[in-house]
Amino acid sequence: VTVLTTGVLIVLALACAGWAVLYAVRERAFDNAMFYGLAMLEGLLVVQLVAGIVAALASDRDVESATFLGYLLTSVLILPLSVVWAVAEKSRWGMAVVAFGGLTVAALVLRAYQVWAGPGA
Amino acid sequence: VPEAATNTGPGRLLVAVYGVFAISATARSAVQLGTQFDEAPLAYLLSLFAALVYVVATVSLAIGGPVALRVAWTAVITELVGVLTIGTLTVVDPDAFPDQTVWSVYGQGYGFVPLVLPVIGLSWLWRVSRNADRQPA
Repeated sequence: VTVLTTGVLIVLALACAGWAVLYAVRERAFDNAMFYGLAMLEGLLVVQLVAGIVAALASDRDVESATFLGYLLTSVLILPLSVVWAVAEKSRWGMAVVAFGGLTVAALVLRAYQVWAGPGA
Repeated sequence: VPEAATNTGPGRLLVAVYGVFAISATARSAVQLGTQFDEAPLAYLLSLFAALVYVVATVSLAIGGPVALRVAWTAVITELVGVLTIGTLTVVDPDAFPDQTVWSVYGQGYGFVPLVLPVIGLSWLWRVSRNADRQPA
């Protein structure tokens, strides 16, 4: 968990959210391109979760591990739940759900980084 | 709009927002209760209560239908009363709540979304209930 990986994940999550907003405005349905984009983001989030668990176990700093891992675990859950909930909705509101999921992931990744960096960071 | 369909159209997004709050509040509450319950029992029990309210609201809105609609009304009204009560108490007497809850200072820590959400929730429920009354099953 570094500034770089956090920044990359946040940018990607916001990009996915923006992408979904575009689809919502144009009333386009969920398609393969979006599925692969979200799957890539999800894959990176899983990598971050695993790396975070390893780092939390290895660290002897006084980090709030439970909170940190809570944020990482939640960040992994959001996209699959959003997509499952979104695809059953045929109107543009389905894409709005995906967009909200992307924003949520960005916020969670940021919070995880803040907890990891500790107070005053 | 079919009768009592709280889970379609804009309601789809509303359920997603409620769902994120349900997950976050539950996770936060679990961490608080699991690691530091003795520090601020009242605040942490309130967090747990708030989490339960969000879970009930999410599930009932997601299910839809006449019975779930009644449950959703109760949950969202409870949510509004909760955020107004805890919000006011934390402003008037901050020392009574040594640690944050979702509803502290009207949900300031969450961009005041906890204050806005029940208002949107109630107007959505009102709209759905009105439509459901117009076309009796």
